[in-house]
Amino acid sequence: MERKPATESIDPAATRMLREARRAGLETAWDRFKKQQPQCGFGQLGICCRNCNMGPCRIDPFGEGPDKGVCGATADIIVARNLLRMIAAGAAAHADHARDAIIVFKEAAEGKASSYKIKDEAKLRALAAEYNISSWEERGDAADLANAMLSDFGRQEGYVTLTRRAPEKRRKIWEGLGIIPRGIDREIVECMHRTHMGVDNEPLHILLQGLRTGIADGWGASMIATEVQDILFGTPSPRKSEANLGVLKEDEVNIIVHGHEPILSEMIVEAASDPEMIQLAKSLGAKGINVAGICCTGNEVLMRHGIPVAGNFLQQELAVITGAVDAMVVDVQCIMPSLGGLAACYHTKFISTSPKAEFPGALRMEFSEERAAEIAREIVRTAVENYRNRDMSRVIIPREKSECMVGFSVEAILNALGGTPQPLIDAIVNGSIKGIAAVVGCNNPKVPHDHGHVNLVRELIRNNVLVVTTGCNAIACAKAGLLRPAAAKEAGDGLRGVCESLGIPPVLHMGSCVDISRILVVAAAIANRLGVDMSDLPVAGAAPEWMSEKAVSIGAYVVASGVFTVLGTVPPVLGSPVVTRILTKDLGDAVGATFAVEPDPFKAARLITDHIESKRKALGLKV
Amino acid sequence: MKEILVRPERCVGCRSCEIACAVEHSQSRDLFKALSEMPQKRLYVEHVPEHSLAVPMLCRHCEDAPCVGVCPTGALTQDSLTGVVRHNRDLCIGCWTCASVCTYGVIGRDRRARAAIKCDRCPDREIPACVAACPTRALIYGEVEEVSGARRAASALKLAQGVAASSR
Repeated sequence: MERKPATESIDPAATRMLREARRAGLETAWDRFKKQQPQCGFGQLGICCRNCNMGPCRIDPFGEGPDKGVCGATADIIVARNLLRMIAAGAAAHADHARDAIIVFKEAAEGKASSYKIKDEAKLRALAAEYNISSWEERGDAADLANAMLSDFGRQEGYVTLTRRAPEKRRKIWEGLGIIPRGIDREIVECMHRTHMGVDNEPLHILLQGLRTGIADGWGASMIATEVQDILFGTPSPRKSEANLGVLKEDEVNIIVHGHEPILSEMIVEAASDPEMIQLAKSLGAKGINVAGICCTGNEVLMRHGIPVAGNFLQQELAVITGAVDAMVVDVQCIMPSLGGLAACYHTKFISTSPKAEFPGALRMEFSEERAAEIAREIVRTAVENYRNRDMSRVIIPREKSECMVGFSVEAILNALGGTPQPLIDAIVNGSIKGIAAVVGCNNPKVPHDHGHVNLVRELIRNNVLVVTTGCNAIACAKAGLLRPAAAKEAGDGLRGVCESLGIPPVLHMGSCVDISRILVVAAAIANRLGVDMSDLPVAGAAPEWMSEKAVSIGAYVVASGVFTVLGTVPPVLGSPVVTRILTKDLGDAVGATFAVEPDPFKAARLITDHIESKRKALGLKV
Repeated sequence: MKEILVRPERCVGCRSCEIACAVEHSQSRDLFKALSEMPQKRLYVEHVPEHSLAVPMLCRHCEDAPCVGVCPTGALTQDSLTGVVRHNRDLCIGCWTCASVCTYGVIGRDRRARAAIKCDRCPDREIPACVAACPTRALIYGEVEEVSGARRAASALKLAQGVAASSR
């Protein structure tokens, strides 16, 4: 496969810190990735099965050795089952995140988690109406909504509530295929049941359950997480901030919040602005307290408070290597277990907060809803007091940081458009915007850091494709300066004109990974407005540097929602010609969208613009 | 000259060497693309159930190679400088005399070409693909003298430690 530039990252701040890591003899993900080479071919092709103890079984991809596992499972069966398990794990991560958010919401409603308040009353009412709860005046009613949302997880009758948000035509397709999700947990459990030895052994049948589980994530778990977090912490609106390691401050206490849930980080942001804490910091010689984010916890506080973001997934270790981080506070998901050992090489306190997630070398300060504010203050105090232990001679903070405009929730986009999606639709219809691409997902050392993200996005806006982004792609775009309104000058003439007239960037930051649900809502609104299905729209999805199981679940729901999706790293499915054909071809007949794999971001951009062009033609729009 | 030497005690049977070998002998030299070519591997991870061991087996490029001696058409020749036993597909008539005399049983059959198929020690590579792919370093590529010398030194150290301990 083609490997683009030999560099490890296109981000000068990351490159600078990598050089420092090498000089100091510290190991990073890139070094460990090299040591893993060559990676197991059976794993890369998805043809190893460890689901029972007659195995592990492997299929010879070149047809000389075994073509079946001990139970008789072929490569097609094994690959399909493995993929379903990845989807289940990804959906489980989002489901667990959503459930925790609801529990905080419920306790806040019942007055048990007094640190939390309802910040978006309008959204609360709207959601209550969707859940058929007519009155919200009393506190108890908010708890009713929490219970109604919780029941989506273990639902035994009917379907996951928010799937009703999908366009009518889309739901008909799901109904026809029998893939409207029932309970969120139920679909995940069923994946595990089906992939247990001797249950479901037909690749297409297995993959349809994958789509159903994906839908339970996108139109269920993730969407609930987004809505509840907006209710509790406020719906994001456009604001300015900064991105990259340069946001760390040499003369202030630096606290990094990293992971995925805003539940604790919201409190940390609050505690860090407490005059008493700031006074404490000053008494210890710091000029103040600087909170910065990494990964999606970073995105959450970036979107809602303009808290700067220090970097994306592959920069978590590099942040510690600056020597300037007084506390790295983590919750769940995408946190490298290597952080403990690395933090021990510096004064950095590595603080884990989730009851679910323990890490070697971490200082445990477990979070609880009831004592949220108090725990946040303890954490901030620990960080501030640790400032004294910082060895200033070892502090190396790269200069690089970029301005960014963030906070484009659905509501904010509609606001920017004057209350309706019509101006956006007009721009698409008249061709000044050719289409919309959702570019999302992780970093992966298989791709030079940010190379896939930034180049794909640049190429798309150049071709007048409006880009909406979340997660680590959003952070990559922020660092590359693509989230500034001024970046409109990098866009094609049509898109540039639209952005300049509205004062928005050509790349809209819509939030964290769970907030891809916001993108679904936008796409559904446009489809409804035009009276077509989501698969008819000139839109596409891409994950140029994906690595996590959550990304596989996201891919499943994006495609199930009718959106063509290009993956930049190869998923472990190529060992099965049948599964590969289903994903890249047959799904087109079933749900009107397929996956494509293209590691080269420039070629990927071409796939997307060609796709958008074909959809425009089908809708009778000017190409 | 360098040889591929096997340390079976380190082999975990992942067959990465087999995959790397097949890929290296494909046109595309890319795992994902090679699937459509069905290249054949030229070394074999043999499972020895009696001892629960996996042993990578590959052409030893014997210095007095019986396969070369018996080949009736001259398809098999040995490079006088490197000792590598080469196979010329154009001359091979598929009589399998070589396979019948090979002590290690590592001469394979390419059914499409109707010819023998064997390790060529990856002439285009500095380090043979199987060696490069081995995650546990069960396969090593080095001079026999060097490898033996290192092993001899390690054994001598163990022996010396034993002697020292017993005389204490």
